[in-house]
Amino acid sequence: MKHELSTPVGREEVLKLRVGDVVYLSGVIVTARDRAHRRALELPKKEIPASFNVIYHCGPLVRKQDERWEVLSAGPTTSARMEPYLASLLEKFSTRLIIGKGGFSPAAKELFKKHTAAYLAFTGGAGALAAMAIKRVLAVHWLDLGIPEALWVLEVARFGPLVVAMDAHGGSVYQE
Amino acid sequence: MRSQLVELIRVAVTSLPRDVEEALQRALEREENPLARLQLETILKNVAYARERRLPLCQDTGVPIFFVRGFGNLSKVEHEIKQAVREATQAVPLRPSIVDAITRKNTGDNTGEGMPVIHFEGGEEQSITFLAKGAGSENVSRAKMLPASEGVAGIKRFVVEIVRSAGAKPCPPVIVGVGIGGTLDLAAKLAKEALLQPLSQRNPREELSKLEEELLEEINALGIGAMGMGGSTTCLAVKVLASACHTASLPVAVNIQCWAYRWARLRRVDEEWVVEQ
Repeated sequence: MKHELSTPVGREEVLKLRVGDVVYLSGVIVTARDRAHRRALELPKKEIPASFNVIYHCGPLVRKQDERWEVLSAGPTTSARMEPYLASLLEKFSTRLIIGKGGFSPAAKELFKKHTAAYLAFTGGAGALAAMAIKRVLAVHWLDLGIPEALWVLEVARFGPLVVAMDAHGGSVYQE
Repeated sequence: MRSQLVELIRVAVTSLPRDVEEALQRALEREENPLARLQLETILKNVAYARERRLPLCQDTGVPIFFVRGFGNLSKVEHEIKQAVREATQAVPLRPSIVDAITRKNTGDNTGEGMPVIHFEGGEEQSITFLAKGAGSENVSRAKMLPASEGVAGIKRFVVEIVRSAGAKPCPPVIVGVGIGGTLDLAAKLAKEALLQPLSQRNPREELSKLEEELLEEINALGIGAMGMGGSTTCLAVKVLASACHTASLPVAVNIQCWAYRWARLRRVDEEWVVEQ
């Protein structure tokens, strides 16, 4: 089944997603990798400068021109690196969608079910295509972590095809 | 030479070698799993779009690795390469992905202590081969000293287990480089070097070319598939290089390469530098 979703994504919409479905997503997403996860979990919630409704595991390739950031290539990074933070993240931010590649271990299936969240996979390495769906950089925070590790707040239009790889019903596309 | 080096880097990160693209195309033609097909279609669409727009096809423009052959004045080449990486980071551009190993502070220009990685070798012909190696596939690569008595069967078990446990993490379909023999460090270098040949090129030694074939078959039987979504193509090619080793040792290294197999070579042809892919 195909879904066209817009942010913010709600609980009801997540419940409709099933493993193997394809999603095109529009709206605002935020990138976060290992170091951003660690900082986001350390800081009080009110000091987090962006919504974590949809998180994208990505360290974009960007260029600054005339004081404006342009995203040139922005495919997903390996999600397994962020697995140690997954339980606390879903608990603290009620994140509904995580976009990445490669998935999590089978243990994560329970977490997505418990917190009504889903994991969407974008094709790893397809960075140029992903950048085509990114309309603009709305903000960037935590640049002190380095460009790949910063929080990039991105406006996307029909970002996809995203495959529902782990759903909120305990399903997973990945082999045990 | 600097501008040709920057061009070498640009070609490698924006365009996939034709043989790799053709192998992905063939994988799509064979694939029956619909989710794996969608992944392969997206990959091919991305490759064409990146080449046309001269954009880095993957945002992880990787660790810059050079294999330099046949140069006399090594310190000059080393300087030129390091400067070219700095220039290419701005001009192509590349993502700044290199950090201090301890403080984790980003150097901002893809260079650093001992970075880029440069291997020097002798030889009659002058060439500089560049590989942009993403971290997703490098992170799941492994080397091990096997008990010598385990032999070829032990090598096969080790290689297949590494690819199996890597699962979807290295962006399959992958290319697998295997280094056998030497010492721990030499086996690791051979595994990386094994990647830098056309996909169709086989090891000239019969036992090793047979090992390449058998490993490819066993890996594709794992069913991991494109991006871990199942199906028939987990691996596009297995490449083996071997050295002699100590009678008590059997070093084996596995270097996994994602489908975005970005490499190119700068070669001296009739007094001119030519970028080849």
